[in-house]
Amino acid sequence: MKKLVALLVALILFSVPVVSAEQYIKIGFTMSKTGKLNEESQQQFEGLKLWADQVNAKGGIYVKSLGKKLKVKLIYYDDESSKDRVQQLYTKLITQDKVDFLISPYSSGLTASAAVVASQYGKIMIAVGAASDSIFDKGYNCIYQIYTPASRYLTGAIDMLKAVDPKAKKVAIVYEDSEFAKDVCTAVKKYAEEKGFDVVMFESYPPGTTDFTPIINKIIATKPDAILGGGHFADGETLAKQLYEKRVKAKLVCLLVAPALPQFKEIGKAALYVTAPSQWEPEVKYSPEMAKKMGVEWYGPTVQEFVNAFKKAYGYTPGYHAAGGYVAGLVLQKAIEDAGTLNTTAVKKALENMDIMTFFGRISFEKGKYYGRQKAHEMVYLQWQERNGTLVKEVVWPESAKSANLVYPLYVKFEQTTQPSTKKGPGFEVGLAALSLVALALLRRRR
Amino acid sequence: MIEIWIDSVISGILLGLVYGLAALGLNLIWGVMKVINLSHGAFIALGMFFAYFLFTFGLNPYAGVPVIFLIGVLLGMVVYFVALHRIIDAPELSTLLSTFSVSLFIIGVGTYLWSTSPYAISFDVGTISVGGMTILGTKVIAGAVSIALALSLYYFLYKTKTGKAVRAVSMNRTAAELMGINTTKILALSFGIGIALAMTAGALIATIFPFTILSGGVYELKSFVICVLGGLGSPIGALVGGLIMGILENVMALQIPTGLVPFIEFTILVIVLLLRPTGIFGGEI
Repeated sequence: MKKLVALLVALILFSVPVVSAEQYIKIGFTMSKTGKLNEESQQQFEGLKLWADQVNAKGGIYVKSLGKKLKVKLIYYDDESSKDRVQQLYTKLITQDKVDFLISPYSSGLTASAAVVASQYGKIMIAVGAASDSIFDKGYNCIYQIYTPASRYLTGAIDMLKAVDPKAKKVAIVYEDSEFAKDVCTAVKKYAEEKGFDVVMFESYPPGTTDFTPIINKIIATKPDAILGGGHFADGETLAKQLYEKRVKAKLVCLLVAPALPQFKEIGKAALYVTAPSQWEPEVKYSPEMAKKMGVEWYGPTVQEFVNAFKKAYGYTPGYHAAGGYVAGLVLQKAIEDAGTLNTTAVKKALENMDIMTFFGRISFEKGKYYGRQKAHEMVYLQWQERNGTLVKEVVWPESAKSANLVYPLYVKFEQTTQPSTKKGPGFEVGLAALSLVALALLRRRR
Repeated sequence: MIEIWIDSVISGILLGLVYGLAALGLNLIWGVMKVINLSHGAFIALGMFFAYFLFTFGLNPYAGVPVIFLIGVLLGMVVYFVALHRIIDAPELSTLLSTFSVSLFIIGVGTYLWSTSPYAISFDVGTISVGGMTILGTKVIAGAVSIALALSLYYFLYKTKTGKAVRAVSMNRTAAELMGINTTKILALSFGIGIALAMTAGALIATIFPFTILSGGVYELKSFVICVLGGLGSPIGALVGGLIMGILENVMALQIPTGLVPFIEFTILVIVLLLRPTGIFGGEI
């Protein structure tokens, strides 16, 4: 027995160096295989996985100091969408798995937890799926953000409104009482006021709200040109639906998150002409030619190449979560190639100097107070439009990325829909009358 | 501006009626069997999903209401025999835990089948526009159906033989048994009707608001508040409590931030409990 154990130990001891003899670039992260962030996290992971597969199919990333290509190895665990697990697992990734680089988990909350660990050990972490600004005011010097931060998340809507209708003045902002929506909406309020807009309403609603009637009645009373805000999917979709049901005559409605997801179209006509900021859309028109015009280096696949490869691998059209995952890998690859080594200091320098155009948009990072925060990436604005009777997403802003023109004002759709609703009127009233008759009969029998 | 106020009051009344209907189910079960039904919210959510699937099969959501009510009665009776019958005489904590486990079961299976993503019935019956007011057709019908169901329940409890038996059991189970009433049958039926009311309310809410399998929790909490406000065991109290909640939610929110509305609702609840612990219409069925 003892011999057997000794043999086993010897085997393990010998086998470890054998495995690591083939050198890999080890990239560690956690994903939420379970818990509430499961869906978005899964998509982000699939994007990243696609990148790793493509890199390895080409033999790996060329590292100049070693004079050869190194394959990429993804090491990851399930964080259960929990902050505590994230801290434990990132420590494990760094101390036990000895990864070379880190990629963040999905969501601002989990990334904030991972950032603490990463910066304690001085490991580079590419933060993706995390838009919060507050991660970057803590003096970390090794976290690099891919997404446009919350402070610039919705400000483009103001620019868009100003460009399409210089006379628009009144803006109502209603948002979910959550960290993310609050950051975004506080920033957009400040921005709107700077641009000379009149913020006539600025109010939050509790998470999980399903009845927006009181809020909508307030909006109607203030008669705004534009309604901005929202929070996450469920509340945003409901808000859009109820704004439509109440026939609120706004010229522009721009909501966070919800309209950017494909399921948004299930509310039908209510989705029409609603706009939303998005980190990326498959319809964007970023191209190498455009990069050349701007004098920025293009790196990685084109939008079409990425979308096709992703569809081939997973069978569905990627959204921005998936694209973000891929770009996180791409940015790391570029930084390693530029640095020519896996040395943290050199790669950090390469990230600091990075200014590239990718299918995801432009990427470069801030230095100084908000070290590592995304500086160049811009949100795109999409709008749900009608093509041959079906609802489709079109990118309408900024000019450089757009695939269609903004339909403005939004309430033109009410003129298109008044017909069917009056047609349904009589049947509905008959039903109501019948019901009240039944009620009356029941009441009388009681006497 | 005055139109917006009237609009809010009407919305509040219509919604309040639906809340009242949900609370009625909870109230009936408590009144008759002294069971605090913690699976109430789960059944509301289940009603929402039934309405959704009937709707996707092409059934008008209002035509689905009787179907869902019937399913509710049957399902409630099954749950009664599976989860409650053997412990009906045990202390209240046992039945509370038992119904809680039913709730966990439903939510667990529901999450597995439908995930926790939101669903919505996109059904438009048009709107009624008077001046600057726009009242949703779905809300009007939901309100009307709630009234009709509440009246039917009243008729059932006070005018039919079975209904009288239900009331007899709620007043004194032993005495009712001695009078030859099959209490097991009555208890199962009461639980069935209570569940059916919850599911119907869920189906009606589903035509107005989007929902997830977890949505029931919100309405369950509302139902509890409404029951306590209106008086546990009182059907009229449940409806009135519902109306109070609905109107408060809609009208108060015009003046103060919506986040403060629950605070005021619960403050009123505390005051009612202090001044009149039995609720406004407290008493027996």
